[in-house]
Formats: sequence, C-alpha cells, structure tokens
Amino acid sequence: MKFDQPATINPIDRARVVGQPIDRIDGPAKVCGTAPYAYERHDAAPNAAYGWMVGSAIAKGTINSIDTRAAEAAPGVLAVVTHANAGDLGKGRMNTATLLGGPSIEHHDQALALVVAETLEQARDAAKLVVIDYATGEGRFDLAAAMRGATAPKDVQGSPADTRTGDFDGAFAKAAVKIDQRYTTPDHSHAMMEPHATTAAWTGDKLTLWSSNQMIAWSVGEIARTLKIKPDNVQVIAPYVGGGFGAKLFVRADALLAALGARAAGRPVKVALARAQIPNNTTHRPATIQRIRLGAKKDGTIEAIGHEVWSGDLPGGGVEVAALQTRQLYAGKHRMTKHRLAVLDLPEGNAMRAPGEAVGLLALEVAMDELAEACDVDPVELRIKNDVQYDPEVGPSKPFSSRKLVECLREGATRFGWDKRNPKPGQVRDGQYLVGMGVASAFRGNIVMKSGARVAIDGKGRITVSSDMTDIGTGSYTIIAQTAAEMLGVEASDITVRLGDSSFPASAGSGGQWGANSATAGVYAACMAMRSQLAQKAGLNAEDALFEDGMIKAAGKAIPLREAAGRDGLSVEDSISFGDLTDRYAQATFGAHFAEVGVDVYTGEVRVRRMGGAFAAGRILNPKTARSQVIGAMTMGVGAALMEELVVDTRFGYFVNHDMAEYHVPVHADIPEQDVLFIDELDDKSSPMKAKGVGELGLCGAGAAIANAIYNATGVRLRDYPLTLNKVIAGMAKA
Amino acid sequence: MKAFTYERATSPAKAAAAAVANPGARFIAGGTNLLDLMKLQIETPTHLIDVNRLDLDTVRETSDGGLRIGALVRNTDLAAHKKVRRDYAVLSRALLSGASGQLRNKATTAGNLLQRTRCPYFYDTTKPCNKRRPGTGCAALAGFNRNMAILGTSADCIATHPSDMAVAMRLLDATVETVAADGSSRAIPIADFHRLPGTTPDIETALAPGELVTAVVLPRPIGGSHVYRKVRDRASYAFAVISVAAIFGKDSNARFAFGGLAHKPWRTEAADAAAAAGANAVADAALAGAKTTEHNRFKTDLVRRTLAQVYAQQEIRA
Repeated sequence: MKFDQPATINPIDRARVVGQPIDRIDGPAKVCGTAPYAYERHDAAPNAAYGWMVGSAIAKGTINSIDTRAAEAAPGVLAVVTHANAGDLGKGRMNTATLLGGPSIEHHDQALALVVAETLEQARDAAKLVVIDYATGEGRFDLAAAMRGATAPKDVQGSPADTRTGDFDGAFAKAAVKIDQRYTTPDHSHAMMEPHATTAAWTGDKLTLWSSNQMIAWSVGEIARTLKIKPDNVQVIAPYVGGGFGAKLFVRADALLAALGARAAGRPVKVALARAQIPNNTTHRPATIQRIRLGAKKDGTIEAIGHEVWSGDLPGGGVEVAALQTRQLYAGKHRMTKHRLAVLDLPEGNAMRAPGEAVGLLALEVAMDELAEACDVDPVELRIKNDVQYDPEVGPSKPFSSRKLVECLREGATRFGWDKRNPKPGQVRDGQYLVGMGVASAFRGNIVMKSGARVAIDGKGRITVSSDMTDIGTGSYTIIAQTAAEMLGVEASDITVRLGDSSFPASAGSGGQWGANSATAGVYAACMAMRSQLAQKAGLNAEDALFEDGMIKAAGKAIPLREAAGRDGLSVEDSISFGDLTDRYAQATFGAHFAEVGVDVYTGEVRVRRMGGAFAAGRILNPKTARSQVIGAMTMGVGAALMEELVVDTRFGYFVNHDMAEYHVPVHADIPEQDVLFIDELDDKSSPMKAKGVGELGLCGAGAAIANAIYNATGVRLRDYPLTLNKVIAGMAKA
Repeated sequence: MKAFTYERATSPAKAAAAAVANPGARFIAGGTNLLDLMKLQIETPTHLIDVNRLDLDTVRETSDGGLRIGALVRNTDLAAHKKVRRDYAVLSRALLSGASGQLRNKATTAGNLLQRTRCPYFYDTTKPCNKRRPGTGCAALAGFNRNMAILGTSADCIATHPSDMAVAMRLLDATVETVAADGSSRAIPIADFHRLPGTTPDIETALAPGELVTAVVLPRPIGGSHVYRKVRDRASYAFAVISVAAIFGKDSNARFAFGGLAHKPWRTEAADAAAAAGANAVADAALAGAKTTEHNRFKTDLVRRTLAQVYAQQEIRA
C-alpha cells in the first residue's frame, strides 16, 4: 500500500481498541522472566560456548604482533579469533570503523580478538593472556582543538549541511536585541539496560544470530556484507530487546564476533559486551560545540536565527545534526544553519535517542530563555510569539502537517502552574534550596519508513501478525495487537503478535521514533488486504463491510471471520510505503517541557522537584505505553542536563569513566513527579494511523527546561553540560 | 578472574594463619568490592579464605559503655542497630548514605573499611596506576581527577578512600581490632589504620600480612548533635564528591571529619580546635596544605560551603 494522499476516515478512527491504555501484552513474560533475551537462548542454541572480547588498549596505531598461544593453551579455551585467522571480511555500510580491528587500530577498545571457552570465566581469564604488541600512532581526541579544521559534511540526513534564508548577517547586525552564545554538550553513552549481546549458531553455511538489535532487516544485510555471505543464509532473531536508544541500530562487535567464534569453535557461541567495554567499543552520541545567534525586535519577534554545530567522528563518520530543529521550530525571516565535522580518533559517534534535537535543543532552548530575559518577555509567550505554521526556510507553500506547539505551551503552562513563577531569578527560597522554574519547547522530526507485515487467520479463527519489527521495551507488541484488533473487529487479546525475526516481513524497525507509527501502518496495510480477501471469500464487498464482534457484516449478513477464512485459513502480506507527503508537508512532533528545580544554596546540588510536559504527536496509539516512553525520555533529559558525560582523556584517546559507577545516569531518587499531557491531534498526512512518533519527543527540550529552571532559581546561566554542582557554585560565587 | 583455591575459616587466628601461609590469599566476606576487582584482574588472589562463618557478626556493649562491632556485621544491620541510631547517629547516617540497599545488605564492617579506591585509572588495567602496579605512574595526576584527593596526596597517587562509614568512625575515634597469625591481637586507632599514599600507594592500611580485622570498637557515646552531610552528583548511589561528618557538643565544641578529600578519612586537631570560630575557620584549618588540580579545585570551595551549611543548620536547631 502506498500512502501518498492524506488519510480519510478509516477503520482506525473507530478508536475502540487503538488509543486505549491497555497493558503491555509482553508484560507478564517480562516480569516472570520467561521472555528470553539474546544471551539466554539455551532453548534454541544448547551447548553454547562463551566468547570474551579483547579490546584495543590504545586508540590509534597498529598491531606489531599478537600472540594468542598462552590464551589458546588456557583451560577450557576452544578458539581464539583475530584478524589474522578470521578470514576475509568485508565491512558493513553503517559502521564507520571495522568491527574486528587489526592490524590497524581505529579506536580504543576496538575488538582485536575473541576468546572462546567452555565457561565465561575461562574465556574472560584467557582473554587476559592474549599478548598484543602495539605501535602507537598519533590521534586526534580534542574536539575544541579539532574544530578549526572541521569541514562541511556531504549532507545531514539527506539535507544540506548548511542552509541560508534571507540576509542573516545583515539582519542580525541590525537587530535591536541580540543573543550570541556558545554552548557545549559532552559525549553521551546510551546506557540501555541490556548490554550488546548475541548468540550465534551455524548450520552448514547458514548462520542464525539471536541478537539484541533494533533493526533486523538492516542487520541481515550488514552481517552478510561483513562475513561476505548471502543474505539468504542469515537469520537474525530478536523477539525481546532490553533497550537500545540507538546503540543497537547496527550490527556491532558482539554479533560479528559471535558468528566468527561459532565458526571457529564449531558450535554455538554467545558474546555479551561487558558494561565497561561498551562506551569505548560501541557507538556514542558525539559531543557538540554550538553557537547560537538570535536577533530580535524589542518585543521578542525573531528576525534572525542562526545555529552552528561542530562535532567530531572517525574518518568517514557523520556529524551530530544538532541544528536541524532550528530550521523549523521558530519564525524569522533571516536564517542560517551550519554543521561542521571534525576528524577525531575517539570511538565511533552515531545515533543516540533523538540524534540532533536532543542536544540541539539543549542549546537553542537556553538561548531562547536568554532572549526572553533580554526582551523582558515571558519565556512561554516568547515561544508562542515566534510560532510558525509552515517551514520557515521554505515559506507558506510548505505547511506543517500538524503543529500544536502553542497548545502544548499554553495547556502545559496551565497544568504546571507556570503563573506562579517569579520571573526575577534567585528570589524563591525553600529551606536550603533556591527554587526555580523553566520551560523549553519540544521538537522532533517525524520520520516514516517503509514497513511490512503478515496477517494470518488459521482454521480456528486465531489471528497472528508477524513482522520483523522489534519491541525494545517500547510496547510494539501491544500497539500492533491493538491495530490488528481494530482493523479486524476483534479484541487485542484475540491477536497473537510475533516480532523480531528476519524470516518475517521486513518492517520499519525501532529507531528515530519512527517505529510505532510506521510499523502499525504496515500492519494496517496488511489488514486492509486481509479485509479485502475475507470479504471476497464471504462474497461481500470489502468497501461496504463492517468488521466488528469477530464478524464481517454487510448486506444484512454477519459472517464470523473464522468461517470466511475457511478451514485452511488465510494469510496475506503487505507493506506501507510513503510517497511525497513528507516533502509536501513539514512533519514534526511538538511539545512543551516544564521543570521545577531546587538548587542547594550552599553546595550547588541540583535536584529536580517536578517535571511536566504537554505533547502533540498525532494519534496516541496507547496512552499508557506512550506515557511510559515519554517519562523515560524526560528522565534521560534529567541525565543530559545534570550528570551524563563521557569524559575524554585526550592523552589516551578514550572515555575514562566507562562503567555505570562513574558514568552517571539518573537513579530513582533523582526523578520526582512527572506529569504528561497528550494534546488531542490526528495527523492525516503522517500515515493512515494518523499517528506520529513520540518516544524521543519526551527527551527533546527536557534538559533545557532544567537548565532554565536553574537560572530562574539562582541567576546562574550555565551553557556547558552537564550542569554539575561545581559549575553551579562557581557561578554562585561570581553572582 | 584467575582460578583460585578456597577455604572456609573456622577461627580468626586460623584465618590469619592461612593467609600467612598463602601469600597470594585474600579474605572474603561480603565480596561486594573484591569480586568485581577479581573479574577485572585488578585483584588476583590465588586463594580465598572465607571468613563469613566466623563469630564476628554481633554488636555488643563494651565494659566502658562503648560498642564493639563485629567485623562481619552487615552495613544494613549496623545502620539499623538501636544503640547506633541513638548514640552514634553520625555512623548510621553515613552508612545509609552509601551504596544501595542491596549492597549494604551484603557489605560488612571490615570490608567497608578495606574497600579500594574508585579512581577510574585504578580500575583500568590498560592504564598506568601506582596503586595497582607500583612504578607504572599515576594517570590521574594529569588526567581526569575531578573526584580525586586534595589533601595528603603524593606525586605517586591522588586517589581517595571512598567509604562513608569510615569517615564517621574516624570522627568517633574508633579503634580497629585485629588478630594475627600467632593468635595475638592488637588495637589500631582508626587514625592510624588507613595510610596516606606517599611513595607506596599500593599499601593502604597498617595491617600486617595475614592480619585479620575482627572488630571496630567505638568509645562511649559523647552525645551532641550528629551530622553527616554527603555532597554528591546524584541523589543516591554515588560516591561522595565531598562529605562532612560532625558532632556539635555544648559550649561551641565540635569535631569534624571529611570524606572525598584524601586517601583516608580526613580529620585534624586544628579543625576541631577552630570549631568555636565558625565554619570558615574550620575550613581553613582542615584545608591547610591542600593541593588542587584544575578539575578538583572546586572542592576547597565546596568544603567551605558545606561547612557553612552544617553550621547554619546547627543554629537553626539551637
């Protein structure tokens, strides 16, 4: 099914099942421990041996020699894989550095060997016996130093690296009120709960990978390219994934090493990366340096808006697209954005939850707070004043498909009690705390991706939906069941959903908050095909047929689906693909974040007291799972604002604090009341579901609201994340 | 983790004797620190002596009205002990500010005292560390040292001791009791128990090889108002950026000990003597000789501010 015209009334609009806050159908399996994860497939791959990765101890250079004899002779060791014996390997299109390094080394903790043994302990112990002699090369590890040599990337997610509209320089120079500030965000680690893990087994030349992965179809292609085997010989299975946040969009070392280890050992092998290996071996969100210039009239009307971004990556890598939202979020006749990419020899930068906006808004929305103060306009009103209903780089010819930023700001402010905010900083005291409130807009692009599904009804009338869609803790199983139930006029409990297997039709997968909308739209397409076939078999006209109560009803007849499907059942497959509606309309999701913080007046410790948000993201398919996504994202926003930082040691070229004792993410005690409001909205240009993404929107702007609340509490303006207590007290000492 | 042999000790003296007989041996109790270090091969014992079954898990009153805390008393139990909460509140508060409930359930009194630094370079076997591998250098000196020590440091090590409990025990003038291989016992004032790094940061305590901690003895209660203020980067499950333990008595008397500043809990007579002169005077005295780096310079300011807060809250209470 091609979606190239705005959706009209369709069966989803009944909203009898879709849109209901039903519990996650995989919930009982998760809490009972019966949902098997990639490292636990004893059922499917018995007798698996254990692999342990050996990572590079240097960031840049070459291997002079690698001596595996002692490791091979260690108790229980079955095989040691290195570049020397791994065979001829290709490289996937989506990883920048090779997944098995050597002789040249591209980054710290790049995999250089895999030790396979009978037990985990034996493998881990023997891994320490692999002796590698390095020739250490010179590397570039300092973004601030490298930014001068940064260059324009070919494109940023298919659009130009730089954009210009009107006369930015002239308008900014003439503006009555100017903000010109630099902001920095550090490298971030995904820190998902389940580490990268894969169990691999070969049957002849056929490879099966049970792998913790967000994108099954991509991974089949990537592993085939890397191993130089046919995609038909690769099956990837991931029914349950314990979080990803972008870390598992791609095939990583665990999958390749498990496959190589299984081939070398002649039996199934499983590999999980140790937590301390993940930050330097896998991908991370790259650090940014950002410059924002806002030129406005005295009343806050933006005339000129400019956003420049620098980030670094390995040669051939990509830029953090942190200026993208600035192209569309606010009005302003004169505009510019710029992305520059520096070459760094740090571990590979890549997507992490809401790539671009997550850190772009940490800068832009603080700059907006600064503008509000400079113009003496309420920060909520400033944002409303600069709302625009079309793509401001293009003009009114390209309207937003739907955009309810103003409603989010207004309703969110009311719910939060924004009117109680004292606009003058440093005025509100509660015991040892200075208390402040902050606001930020939320913005995240709406990406749609082709997505397929199979729908089958067996002879007993049981309906099964299969797709290689993943559920990374988001609720995919549940919303897919809801979609099929709505389409076929049954209950969600009547649907069996099978996900995460490359033998099923390829779906959109999970990433970029495109999964829920695109994958359910694919199920919609398959269900439309099923409706048509059922009607045909029942001798009814599908267009007139009503699917309800488990029956097809038309022309005064009511035929049970089981009967219509026949004794042999029925199976259909279709996919949704998207036409040019994303070109004809600007598509994005919107929201408003509010935060109240307490800042310890003595120690500068920041504790979030309340968070609230209002979000407009099309049809909310399941308010319960959507809310869970959003509060999780808001929690990640607390991390980005207050504590998350991979610290670069520029001498060794690596992230020093590479475990979860030292890389802080919020704990329960850091997270207070979180209030989430979804604004009623249907987006008929996004998909037949009239939904959009929502999982990442909750992160976008959350941290900036906290930064602005700190300013309101203390009068200390901080622009270098994370906003740790040492920065706060340095600011308070100056004030 | 290297392969190791294992035995279960039947008496403290036998445990100590077994340790002397096996130079590569370590005692294991809660294992909350040692097992992690073994997995990373930072600790590579060839033999483990399990002391968990020894009769060292009780808290008893001493003849002079103090408390003898068995080496195996779990942190959770110690923090909840009625007499500790009533008479040594600073200790209870320090314990509860540390780690997580699960870890406190497992971690023991002696193990907490003996836990090793959290310096990230100590934890990374591919990087230099004089504490882990003497003579390789200190990567933290010119590296990421925001969380490192500013007092009593040396050119060879700027690591901190991560314990909260030990800071409170230092404030309370506790004594560490031990047993040696020959069955003899001795009492080490806690001030002398942990060492400064000097040129041998790998030697962290006054314990002789094989010597086993059997108890920590607290002197009789001194009353007063007990404070443990831990400043940290997140609300729970984080090591102290700095911490201040204090007991305010009558007539402006007070005593102070600090965590997160040194290779051991930090306490000076001069700081205690300055109590009547106020927070700044105490800070000046406590911080005398502080040596900071670019990244941890803020700690001196943070100590001043935290002391000011502790004083301000005393005034509110008074």
